[in-house]
Amino acid sequence: MLIAFYIAGVIAVVSTIMAVTRSNAVHALLYLIVSFLAAAVVLFVLGAHFAAALEVIVYAGAIMVLFVFVIMMLNIGGETEKAKERWLVPKRWIGPALMAAILFAILSYAILNQPVATASLSIVEPKTVGISLYTQYLLGVEIAAVMLMAGIIGAFHLGYTKRKSKHRFLKGE
Amino acid sequence: MMRYLWLVPVMPLLGFLVLAFFGRNLRKSIITLIGTGTVGLSALLVILIGIEFLTSPPAGNAFTLKLWTWMSSGGLSPSIAFYLDGLSLAFIFVVTFVGFLIHVYSSEYMRDDEGFARFLAFMNLFVSAMLILVLADNLALMYLGWEGVGLCSFLLIGFWYKESANAAAARKAFIVTRVGDTAMALGLFLLITEFNTLDIRSILETAPAHWTPGSAKVVWIAFLLLGGAVGKSAQLPLQTWLPDAMAGPSPVSALIHAATMVTAGVYLIARNHVVFELAPIAMKTVAIVGASTLLIAGFAAVVQYDIKRVLAYSTISQIGYMFLALGVGAWSAGIFHFMIHAFFKALLFLGAGAVIHALHHEQNIFKMGGLRKEMPVIFWTFLAGSGALAALPLVTAGFYSKDAILWYSWSSEKGSLFLWAAAFLGAFITSIYTFRMVFITFWGKMKTHIHLRPGRAMLIPLVVLAVLSIIGGFLETPHNLGHITLFSGMLSGVLPEVHILHSGAESTELILQVLTALTGFFGIYLAWHFWMKKPGFLFRLKQTRAGAALHHWWLTGWGFDWVYDLLIIRPFTWLSNINKNDIVDYISIAPSNLVVWLHNLTRRSQNGNLRWYAAGIALGLIITLTIALFL
Amino acid sequence: MMEQIPVEQSLLLAALLFGIGLVGVLIRKNMILMMMSVEIMLNAAGMAFIIAGSRWAQPDGQVMFIFILTMAAAEVAVGLALILKLFHLQKSIDADEMTQMNDITEASESN
Repeated sequence: MLIAFYIAGVIAVVSTIMAVTRSNAVHALLYLIVSFLAAAVVLFVLGAHFAAALEVIVYAGAIMVLFVFVIMMLNIGGETEKAKERWLVPKRWIGPALMAAILFAILSYAILNQPVATASLSIVEPKTVGISLYTQYLLGVEIAAVMLMAGIIGAFHLGYTKRKSKHRFLKGE
Repeated sequence: MMRYLWLVPVMPLLGFLVLAFFGRNLRKSIITLIGTGTVGLSALLVILIGIEFLTSPPAGNAFTLKLWTWMSSGGLSPSIAFYLDGLSLAFIFVVTFVGFLIHVYSSEYMRDDEGFARFLAFMNLFVSAMLILVLADNLALMYLGWEGVGLCSFLLIGFWYKESANAAAARKAFIVTRVGDTAMALGLFLLITEFNTLDIRSILETAPAHWTPGSAKVVWIAFLLLGGAVGKSAQLPLQTWLPDAMAGPSPVSALIHAATMVTAGVYLIARNHVVFELAPIAMKTVAIVGASTLLIAGFAAVVQYDIKRVLAYSTISQIGYMFLALGVGAWSAGIFHFMIHAFFKALLFLGAGAVIHALHHEQNIFKMGGLRKEMPVIFWTFLAGSGALAALPLVTAGFYSKDAILWYSWSSEKGSLFLWAAAFLGAFITSIYTFRMVFITFWGKMKTHIHLRPGRAMLIPLVVLAVLSIIGGFLETPHNLGHITLFSGMLSGVLPEVHILHSGAESTELILQVLTALTGFFGIYLAWHFWMKKPGFLFRLKQTRAGAALHHWWLTGWGFDWVYDLLIIRPFTWLSNINKNDIVDYISIAPSNLVVWLHNLTRRSQNGNLRWYAAGIALGLIITLTIALFL
Repeated sequence: MMEQIPVEQSLLLAALLFGIGLVGVLIRKNMILMMMSVEIMLNAAGMAFIIAGSRWAQPDGQVMFIFILTMAAAEVAVGLALILKLFHLQKSIDADEMTQMNDITEASESN
């Protein structure tokens, strides 16, 4: 299982790097799906089976499909960055990369200096998650439901365009 | 009748309110009716109240009408209450009666002015404020009236505010009297700390037990009150505003700057006579201020060209007489002179106003002349007023009132030969400048064409006042001339008797009276000689350097304006020029400037670039984590 | 039942994914790709929650992951709708061209 963790981890990191550096949006999206799938494997290996399933279904499935739809609607599947050969010049990525590296270094320091470094991971059953979700976190669930509702209404409202004419035959007049 | 005392100040106030709010839309006849009618009703009421007061005097010879408590704070609770005794009766009679006559006069004089309603509204407000001042039961209410008359004075001096000189004169009057008012307010605060009340009677009753005569506190209070009186009554050293106050219309000069408001200082001192008697130094100062003011103003009046300025300086001089009388302890003589002065000075100002009106706003006496035949009514009434001012013996009221002051300034235990000499010299000068004005204005050749003849509404008040200027003196006559004491009898309960030092010196009194009378006539002769018969001598005198300098010095009122300009106004304007941008403000502006500077610095970061903002968030995250983990 | 996976290494993996996502947000100009990078970061955060939950054998980590998932779904729906709207208005989804809300041009005028 440790081997699986390492392999999935490497795949996740590599495909994520590929996803953020591709100039073609569709390619980036495909790498991202790979990244999420790899992350799902990691979660599975860590013992969070239910979370891994959700990762595949919601992230790699539903959310990515939304992205695909939008990319299709906007028709930017091809060369999104106009100056393709110039966009990954060091001037553009060296600053953010440095910043991310510093952040990573700080986070690593925080992780590796944990007082109980030898702690082990244990499996958390979906059943306990479900019980916790509907007892202790019931209010959170309600709030999440309201938020999803708000998201749906907001998306609908934003996507709604007023018709310019009442009937399609009258359009030209 | 006396319970209607509150109506006396309220009637003119009502007139003011009606005219101020609706005067613009009313017809002139209705404006006249409201403006003069309210004051007339007040005068009628005062006469009725006065008759009742004199025939059936209330208990203690005083009547208090408490309406309600004005405010109550920290043990001090002044009330809106009116207090009537002999002193305030004399004052409200003069204010309402002379005020009414002047209102009648102004209804014709100001009729064609576009601000007719505004004028009568201000005049009504003034009468109301003055009545509150003299009727006030406590010093807080009195201060309200005090400031009210100051406000009206400001408004009416600057009545023709479109000329900047008039507005400047109004400002000057307001600011100069403010110096005195500040002193008076400080005096009132001291009184509050001493007695914890401003009720006049309780102060006067407890003061002799509270202070030993001449103690520091009472001297301070007396001097501060004197400061207020000096400012309002245009005495040395705050007299400079009154000549400039002549910028207002003539009825204003007659009512405010001659007859009533300027005597508020006299009233203040008389009302608080106990305080002054406890402070002998202050009393002596009052006398000296009066004596020196009457001399200085008298000399200044001799050389003025402007008829109203002559009268203004004579007013200062006559109020100096009143102060002199108060200063030597001849309280009722001072108040008597106030009343007589109100009659004849109002008369003189109204007469001068009629002349000015007739000659198309010509105020220079050397451009008048020969009006004796042309305007006989005005001439005779003016002559009566002038006679009273110059104290012509026996026939004029001014003689009786001024003679009493002259006599007491010598004979009173607080008097002295110097004070008498000053008053005597002042009387001599008074007759010179008065008849110089009369001769130049009414004799000689006509120099300006008569433009407009005064109507009945202007002449009747003149006649009434002329009659009063003649017969008013018989209310009070000296020992050797009938010894009538109607006026001082009325005041006897309020003001103490004068203490005569040279008792039984009736022969001296007679000698002094004759001497005064003779100098009065001599002054008239001199005026005739120098300005009518042989004007060349004065002309040559004016050509010499010393003569010209003296002339200029007196013309500018002994150069007080110049001195104040040099010592106070210039340093003050210099200082305020330096501080034009308010140096203290920089302290409070500095933080806002810093914030603006920081804003200019940091707003470059707000470039609208989304990725830049994201980087900002990331940077913040890094900084926060660094602080949380490593510090 | 299985070899123990070290806590540190899995947390480091989450941190690394988070950092890569951050780089993505910072270097991409295409708004859709920026949103994808945000998804990566959210996913990394959720992963960290799950690891922590497993570390303490508590269900709370996974509960938080579910909440993050929900939030991400709603966010993507609204965000993509916004991008569509923006594209209709501006004919572009380039973040560097959308700098109308800056304070620079007015700044030089006002002072």
